[in-house]
Amino acid sequence: MLKNYFKIALAVLKRRKFFTFISLFGISFTLTILMVATAFMDKILSPDYPDYKRIRSLYVSTMEYKNTKEGWMNRSDVSFYFFEHYVSTLKTVQKMAISSNAKASNAYVNNKKLVIEYKYTNADYWNVLEYQFLEGKAFQQREIDNAELVAVISEETKKAYFGDRKTVIGKYISADNINYRVIGVVENVSKTLYNFSGDMYLPYTISKDYKDIDLMGGYNAILLAKSEANVPKMKKEFDQMVKKLPLPKDFDKIYCNADPFFANITRRIAGDGTSNGLTKVVSIISLFTLLFLLLPTINLVNINITRIMERSSEIGVRKAFGASSKTLVYQFIVENLVLTFLGGVIGIILSVIVIHLINGANLISNMHLSMNFTVLFYSLIACIFFGLFSGVYPAWRMSKLNVVKALKAQ
Amino acid sequence: MIRLQNIEKVYRTDTVETLAINGISLDIAKGEFLSIMGPSGCGKSTLLNIMGLLDEPSKGNIKIDEQDISRFSDQKLAKFRNQKLGFIFQSYHLINDLRVLDNVELPLLYRTSSAKERKVLATAALEKVGLSNRLKHFPTQLSGGQRQRVAIARAIVGNPQIILADEPTGNLDSAMGNEIMDILINLNKNEGTTIVMVTHDESMAHKTHRLVRLFDGSQVQ
Repeated sequence: MLKNYFKIALAVLKRRKFFTFISLFGISFTLTILMVATAFMDKILSPDYPDYKRIRSLYVSTMEYKNTKEGWMNRSDVSFYFFEHYVSTLKTVQKMAISSNAKASNAYVNNKKLVIEYKYTNADYWNVLEYQFLEGKAFQQREIDNAELVAVISEETKKAYFGDRKTVIGKYISADNINYRVIGVVENVSKTLYNFSGDMYLPYTISKDYKDIDLMGGYNAILLAKSEANVPKMKKEFDQMVKKLPLPKDFDKIYCNADPFFANITRRIAGDGTSNGLTKVVSIISLFTLLFLLLPTINLVNINITRIMERSSEIGVRKAFGASSKTLVYQFIVENLVLTFLGGVIGIILSVIVIHLINGANLISNMHLSMNFTVLFYSLIACIFFGLFSGVYPAWRMSKLNVVKALKAQ
Repeated sequence: MIRLQNIEKVYRTDTVETLAINGISLDIAKGEFLSIMGPSGCGKSTLLNIMGLLDEPSKGNIKIDEQDISRFSDQKLAKFRNQKLGFIFQSYHLINDLRVLDNVELPLLYRTSSAKERKVLATAALEKVGLSNRLKHFPTQLSGGQRQRVAIARAIVGNPQIILADEPTGNLDSAMGNEIMDILINLNKNEGTTIVMVTHDESMAHKTHRLVRLFDGSQVQ
């Protein structure tokens, strides 16, 4: 019976080529966008170079003051002072990777301006994060203590500044008229990991603001626990420490949170001191996805109804010769799954092409998207959702068709 | 074989009520070849559809093969149609997207038979109507007479006890019509199949065992 359904499904697809094109285009285009978006989300959310220890880590990046009586607030990144004087005292924090926000500096190569984004980091930054050194090594506590003008640069910066030289260790790179001695070259980091990507990494002791005695500043940190099991304890200890922070003038509340990776992002986008915005962001993404899927689905439902009603004579004949309404619903759902499966295959092929093009065009610096099994799994789920959702209603309507009327319709 | 008792069929719209069948009672014996005649709109096809369980009467009782089908569920009705009844329509109602063999196999899809069995039975049915050389053709590649023969093969493939034919020769010229009629007569004679045929053609009707005439929804002969 299934073979017969497949035969007729393919014949129907061939019969109305324009409808088929519209249906397949709708399905494959929507799936392509979903798959590329999923690949992008997967890139952001899955542990990725150089941040592989997410399971043991909490991320601190915002400090918020509130005046609850007047109703105003102040929100910013965190100061180096806060990490050094408060967070470093926590017993559950095994290591802490501190880095500043990226700042831009100008360098000149053959009279051409080169913008170099640099970050200040501490020594443990290189122990918590697993940067791949192509040559040289990271700066150690000694260089930090001496405030040495040393730099770790990215592979991209090496190529842009030094050209095709084999080794650049010991060479100087001049940014904003300051000469830094290159001591290490690391593999590029995707720009999607904005906390870790940079062109040049410098010891924090050469920054101007690390000594500022303030809770707010321009830094963020990863707190690494001994094990995954210790993460809740670390969070608890962090929260207790925050409660004891001295209140700044004019404010009566301080919020600072140590969040898991994704919650840290959502807090920045849609949250505040009291809420990490996770529910809000997930709801918005789900709603958007649903709406995005709903439009082509409604379109497909309409096309399917037209297609099915065109076949009312066939429905009449099948019913006359013994097909029950249930059997017919089953047949039309199978047919629709054949259509969506074809659309899915085209969608997957298109996604591979689009992802290849995105990677080739380097739209987001050093971001390399890939089609993995997770993406494929979600795509298949989307395909089945499409097939069932857009097939069930037309099939149900058709199964209610009166046999005599169906036969007269021809 | 078929017993109709006081059958009425009323079509209702918002404003009009039309009485299509007005209290018809009819007994059709096993192995009988009955024809129904009457002017257009007199209720012939409606009566045939009611006999074929494709339409429900507004009033009255139908018994087929001693079974009262009035309380059958959709599922049971479908199974009953599949096993007991075969249909032949004036405009053939073949599925143009399927080959001749697949069209004929259609009633067997709703039974528990294997693909091999279906093929054997469908080929045999097509042989009976003289179309064993057209198995791989599509209906659009056949003449009107050939298409109706495919439709007959489809109607008999499941070996039903009753065949209901709604103007089977209506779209054919007299030579083709006679050919189809011969097939039906042979089927009735050799296989003992009960046949009820609606027709406009007096000469075709006279070839059957009994003729029933309708006028304005009532039986007049």
